[in-house]
Amino acid sequence: MIGIVDCGVGNLFSLKSSLKAIGAEAKLFSSSDGLRSADRIILPGVGAFGDAAKKLRSSGLFDEIKREAESGKPILGICLGMQLLFEKSLEFGVHEGLGLIGGEVRPIAEVIPKGYKIPHIGWNGLEFIPHPLFKYLNEGDSVYFVHSFYGADCPDVIATTDYGAKLTAAVARKNVMGCQFHPEKSGKVGLSILKAFCEV
Amino acid sequence: MLGKRIIPCLDVRDGKVTKGINFAGNRNIADPVELAKYYSDCGADELVFYDITASAEGRALFTDVLKKVASCVFIPLTVGGGIRSLEDFDRVLKCGADKVSVNSGAIADKSLIKKAAEKYGSQCVVISADVKRQGGGYRVYGRGGRDDAGLSAREWIRFCVDEGAGEVVLNSIDTDGVKGGFDLEMLKDVCDGIEVPVIASGGAGKVDDFITLFKTVKNADAGLAASVFHYKEILIPDLKRKLFENNIPVRL
Repeated sequence: MIGIVDCGVGNLFSLKSSLKAIGAEAKLFSSSDGLRSADRIILPGVGAFGDAAKKLRSSGLFDEIKREAESGKPILGICLGMQLLFEKSLEFGVHEGLGLIGGEVRPIAEVIPKGYKIPHIGWNGLEFIPHPLFKYLNEGDSVYFVHSFYGADCPDVIATTDYGAKLTAAVARKNVMGCQFHPEKSGKVGLSILKAFCEV
Repeated sequence: MLGKRIIPCLDVRDGKVTKGINFAGNRNIADPVELAKYYSDCGADELVFYDITASAEGRALFTDVLKKVASCVFIPLTVGGGIRSLEDFDRVLKCGADKVSVNSGAIADKSLIKKAAEKYGSQCVVISADVKRQGGGYRVYGRGGRDDAGLSAREWIRFCVDEGAGEVVLNSIDTDGVKGGFDLEMLKDVCDGIEVPVIASGGAGKVDDFITLFKTVKNADAGLAASVFHYKEILIPDLKRKLFENNIPVRL
């Protein structure tokens, strides 16, 4: 069973539906109670880093996710969920993240050329290095992005996307993985990444 | 490289997809769930659903359709039609919408965009404007293109983006359903300098119209159409290949 962390922000309808479509059983967890019984954990999220981090702390999920990650359980952060895996974020102030992935979350405005729209919205191609998460992927496959911040100074990048500058698209450190894009909104390519995560 | 998006629009009334000419004379043509699956499989980048019913009964049918679509189609879904309050945002987001498109509701309540952007984030709030030529300028119309809202299109879009709208749909009333091409003149004028994604709508009749759109209006990020896709006058895989051959970036 996959435990989906529900910190009350964002829409989990698509994520639940897409996991169902690939035959994976999933359950929502809004507190740390029972999260240990999940075989895998997905940390989704849309919204602001500070709010989400605060909610994770007040619900006890922050420490529980760290413990589960250290125990070797596969964890996948999606979009803001990926950013939460980083050491810290500079979105509206400085906020501490889970520290499971190296680097910090910074505005894409700092690196993309002038004239590029923010947020980075739409389908963009992935440049990736071999990783179990990408075992069904083909070169040139595109996925759906919606974001204004990105993972910077990160030693754990496994995929980038080109938006005038190379932006972090996916990260991994052992059992902890994250993608900036939305696999649950990226059609067949996205479903194949979720399927691969279920098989890690 | 970020692809230009191709977006089929499904007008839904009483649980069925309809499409009219110049905003009138709608007739029911297809099952929205089947059509959505078909579009997702053939490479549509996103889907827009407009609820064009007014009755409570029609609204319930619409949310039912939306839930079914969102359970089996895994590309971004935008929902519009009858969005007047944060409760309306909530209602469609809970049924699986990713973005909510506001039109007349934002004209009636000028604070709606800001409230929605603060609550759900800008990425979720789309301002859709029906634009018509008038006296040498471009004006915004409300209520499905029936009422002159008394607003200049440029100023209105500027205001909505400043308030937090994360995307803009510009629909030309003058070219809607006519299939003579997008309203390039209006699009160039109104979306010049808009720093959020712009979706061009109204008038697509053939593949070349999309090529011309993206070559002429540099600020257009997506092209939206309805009947030409529903009646298979343009096939999306064919359209995207032709765009690619013309050096327009698309997801193949």
